[in-house]
Amino acid sequence: MDNIVVEALVRALAVGTPLLLASLGAIVNERSGIVNLGMEGVMAIGALAAFAVAASAPDASLWLAVLASMLAGAALCTLHALATVTLRANQFVSGLALALIGTGAAGLLGKKFEGLPLFNKVPDWTLGGFTVSPFTVVALLLAGALAFYLNATRPGLTLRSVGENPAAADVLGVNVGLVRWLGVLGGGALGGLAGAFLSLSYRSSWSDNMAGGLGWIAVALVIFVAWDPLRAVAGALFFGFLYYLQFRLQGNSPIPTEVFSAMPFVLVLVVLALAGRRGQAGSAPAGLGRAYVRGER
Amino acid sequence: MRFVALPATTTARSALVTLAAVVVALVVCALIFLVYGVSPGAVYGSMLRGTLGDPTGLAEVGRRTIPLLLIGSGLALAFRAQFFNIGAEGQLLLGAVFAAGTALFIPLPGPLVAPAMFIMGALGGGLWAGIAAWLRRVNVNEILSTLMLNYVAVAVVTYLIAGPWKGKDVRGYIYTDTIPAGGYLPVVPGTQVHWPTLLLGIVVALGLQWLLTRSTFGYALRVVGENAGAARYAGLNAAGIATVVALITGGAAGLAGAGEVAGIHHRLLEAGQISLGYGFTAVIVAWLARGNPALCLVTAPLMGVILAGGDLLKIDLNMPFRVVDVFSGVILLCLIASEVFVRHRVVWGRA
Repeated sequence: MDNIVVEALVRALAVGTPLLLASLGAIVNERSGIVNLGMEGVMAIGALAAFAVAASAPDASLWLAVLASMLAGAALCTLHALATVTLRANQFVSGLALALIGTGAAGLLGKKFEGLPLFNKVPDWTLGGFTVSPFTVVALLLAGALAFYLNATRPGLTLRSVGENPAAADVLGVNVGLVRWLGVLGGGALGGLAGAFLSLSYRSSWSDNMAGGLGWIAVALVIFVAWDPLRAVAGALFFGFLYYLQFRLQGNSPIPTEVFSAMPFVLVLVVLALAGRRGQAGSAPAGLGRAYVRGER
Repeated sequence: MRFVALPATTTARSALVTLAAVVVALVVCALIFLVYGVSPGAVYGSMLRGTLGDPTGLAEVGRRTIPLLLIGSGLALAFRAQFFNIGAEGQLLLGAVFAAGTALFIPLPGPLVAPAMFIMGALGGGLWAGIAAWLRRVNVNEILSTLMLNYVAVAVVTYLIAGPWKGKDVRGYIYTDTIPAGGYLPVVPGTQVHWPTLLLGIVVALGLQWLLTRSTFGYALRVVGENAGAARYAGLNAAGIATVVALITGGAAGLAGAGEVAGIHHRLLEAGQISLGYGFTAVIVAWLARGNPALCLVTAPLMGVILAGGDLLKIDLNMPFRVVDVFSGVILLCLIASEVFVRHRVVWGRA
């Protein structure tokens, strides 16, 4: 009995790790007032960049591969920042385009890495008898750090103020455009890191469509957890547990497998509807989704 | 750099900016192809020669234009109402499910099969979009809900063709039996262009344009889309309008699904074979048309070239079909990023 509970928790943590990293990224994005629906693409690009570096230079430090994933995620999000912050484009549609470009470019450029083995997989850690990925530990620490940053530091306050009321922040001398650019790029780096976990630790291989919808779920998760990094930990665990159930029940239950593959997405809908009913959407940063133009509101 | 609003925006300026955006997108894609390791010249050459350069290719473009036209004109309407439906992929699939189910399991006299398939197809697509419209009333963003419903629709199709609807005559494969011959649509000889659906697409595009610009409902829709505050002040029921728009858009996508089943496949098969990402590509069709359903008559064939071209690149240059996502994404991004230049001129230097 004990074993099953522990196994479930460990597995839920593993699948929850990319969800947590990507939703932390989206939280950083959205706290600055910019919606980023492109996380699916950011994760795909991050996964590819990390794998490409690790597979092409097996002697190089894995830190380099991790760094590459974060740079690649941020680089992809440069497009989003340029379009939405500088050129005031529709943030939702730009995110959609970002998802298409990311998954598309990863699928295209990653073709030559398909099926290659990875010899220098990130080694798991053994903590108190459990095997966990270092990424999981980092993700949990990052959640705490981000919560501290947003709630207890001055730059965090600035970031939030730009998301809540860009006009007021502007009056106080904050460079709204710059903060939003940094918010988008920082979020992109975290999304890339989520991808690196998939290709360096979780699967330690590369295949097309690696993110497999996790990026979209991460984006929805942000609404569910009301833009709060610590609640994101619980949310990621919850969905990680669902995925665990899916693997666990598949094959040894009379329920058709398609029910399990649709389950996370149906649950996201249910959870979003519940959050909406509770008025959780009201806790969104007030300036979210709107371009800031000085002198207009 | 800052933007100064222009007093009025002209059609010429809008057209010029759109054209420039597409050119920039093609250049950006060319850079990506260089990184991938093929010459952009080879890619674009292969795409153009194989699509517009010969009759077979042209027919392939035509075949892909049909669903894009139907979905795109519906989406153009939806975007005008600020209902960002990006779940046309799932709505098309549900349309295909309803249409195939009707043909397979409802005994109807021959001539009625095809019309019934289209009616049921529209119903299926509308139903799927209706879920998103209902969820929007409880504050669920329709972009996320329609997207999630895409994944669910794929699971529904897979479940049906591998489970209860699996054909009696098929062995290892997963698809249904073929539908009765009454459900087959005529095609232009030697091609897969099912012209009745194409005709339907033209009627839908023109009809929706009329609805948008000439009817009271269209007027209300535009007010809701352009100025939510004014709409509320005028007492317009924004939620009701969004629901109707969702049903129309989903219905049009459902018609496209019915057309694919009745015109090409004659059975229900895997999601990836029914649609080549028509739902996402149609977003660009609608955006290129700047929210005018009738303009989709021009933009749908343009994107049809890209979808048909993607197939060619797979064969000619051994590139993954993902290349279509790159095209779509880059074009879409350039289009929306260029929008600011339609209504503003750029002034260098600080305010």
